[in-house]
Amino acid sequence: MSVDRVLAVVIEHDQGKTKLVSLEVLSAARKLADQISGKVIAFCFNHAANLEAELFIQYGADEVRFLTHPDLQHYIHENYVFALLRELEKSSFDYLLLPATNNGKELSAVISAKLGVGVATDCISLSVSEAGDVEAVRPVSSGKAHSNIRFSGKKPHILSLRPNVFRSPPLSRQGEIVTAEIQLPELSQRVRELVKQVGSELDITEARIVVSGGLGMQGPENFKLLEELAGVLGGAVGASRPVVDNGWRDYSNQVGQTGRTVSPDLYFACGISGAVQHLAGMSSSRCIVAINSDPNAAIFSVADYGIVGDAIKVVPVLTQEFKKIITS
Amino acid sequence: MKIIVCVKQVLDTAAQIQIDNGRVVSPGSSRIINPYDEFAIEEAIRIKEKKPDTEITVLSLGPEGFKDSIKKALAMGADKAVHLMDVKFEGLDSYALARVLARSVEKIPYDLILCGRQAVDLDQAQTGPALATFLDIPFVTVVTGVEFSDDFQSAKITRQVEGGIEVRELPLPLLLTCQKGLNEPRLPSLKGIMAAKKKEVLTLSANDLDVETLNMGDNRVIDENLCLPPERKKGIILQGTDEETSGELVRLLREEEKII
Repeated sequence: MSVDRVLAVVIEHDQGKTKLVSLEVLSAARKLADQISGKVIAFCFNHAANLEAELFIQYGADEVRFLTHPDLQHYIHENYVFALLRELEKSSFDYLLLPATNNGKELSAVISAKLGVGVATDCISLSVSEAGDVEAVRPVSSGKAHSNIRFSGKKPHILSLRPNVFRSPPLSRQGEIVTAEIQLPELSQRVRELVKQVGSELDITEARIVVSGGLGMQGPENFKLLEELAGVLGGAVGASRPVVDNGWRDYSNQVGQTGRTVSPDLYFACGISGAVQHLAGMSSSRCIVAINSDPNAAIFSVADYGIVGDAIKVVPVLTQEFKKIITS
Repeated sequence: MKIIVCVKQVLDTAAQIQIDNGRVVSPGSSRIINPYDEFAIEEAIRIKEKKPDTEITVLSLGPEGFKDSIKKALAMGADKAVHLMDVKFEGLDSYALARVLARSVEKIPYDLILCGRQAVDLDQAQTGPALATFLDIPFVTVVTGVEFSDDFQSAKITRQVEGGIEVRELPLPLLLTCQKGLNEPRLPSLKGIMAAKKKEVLTLSANDLDVETLNMGDNRVIDENLCLPPERKKGIILQGTDEETSGELVRLLREEEKII
């Protein structure tokens, strides 16, 4: 096979556990590569070559390149940037694809600044132009509008991809696995890592089902109803801004333009009226269910299915109905 | 301590967006300080309250209208401002924007630079870490906690990551991008609003910054045009008792949507 373009993908993992979004980025890279006779190289930075290389190949990598160093067990951007730049300078790459996570976004900024190349973050759609260049659609103002992006100038062009959007099943494929130990500069004086606390809770941007509550939940104690529903469905619990500002839920759960943007398969808005900022943060969800006692609430304008009723009464009934079919 | 706070002015988040000729238009909607930049301003003021010899400089790049947000930041408690204003600055991508900011920062002494974690209009989250890269100083993004050492020479920084937090200790100078949860921004007091009128706002042009000598590159990212997101299909309101609507919803999600 003659290779015209080379696409680099950086795998994000948390202490050896691969983030699902990394598999989505591989799938997206594969789809592009198939259109431009490209090769996909997955870069795995870790203390050892212990991530699931076969899985990365099934999701689209032609080559999995493990670059190992004891200091790469945890993500520290300085180390990742040093290792990645060395690889990007060794041979030529056309595209660099990253997950649009907090880590992926800062990596793209530094690589872009160091190399003087263009970057588009949080892309929700990719395509190939007639000239064979990758183009992207990215939301602006939390999705109130979409921006169509082309790149020009030096390569690699950098794209980070929104979690939950580019999901594809694995394929039966062959690929190559390469492992190399690398050197890193001493960072301990300059930046010291103290603690890393990753909770067992699913993050709302990564969850495939999000159950969110608004002021209609009437108090923090009623969020346990939403936790039960999310628990049955394997989802995460989100909240509207007033709920967070009241201190009922942690700010990291806030969905909306001044919180976090989510694109799950299924989004439940329970007792949420649907302020413009909230709609911006969730209206790219695949399916939206709204439960609200006010039939005129703005949330119903974006909902696929609506139930007019008190969320506190409806949610427990709904949880029971889901239990019935999931356990049967 | 000398702190620089980067401030961008954005369309009010309550505004509905319209698109005309591929650009956002929103006549009649007000402009606000980017909400994440307010956390940065507030954090700077809280540091000054603990360490009164602190000087806070607001740094903003944008047209004449940005003066409203600069004034508000001064009214909240910043000491002075530098406003980078030139037609040549219009439509810069985040790379070029960070380049210009870095050039201007060379003229302002600093120990700490605070930015918002992203601007809520372009949502790129690139300018802060790119600025730190050009200045060759350490940075932490999406910060929800800052705790200084007694001598203010280093800080313990809490950062949000998906599903958890990271805590790191870093020496100053340092750049942080601020996230909700860091603090509760104050409203300007009447006294603050009066005091802001007398505070210095230095306006610098492309010429003043000698940007011709900067490697700005060509446009690396071409934003073809904006469009509204595709409309969602019209939904269905389920009718009946709570049991009936819930049962029907579960059936639809399983049989029609195939999600459950």
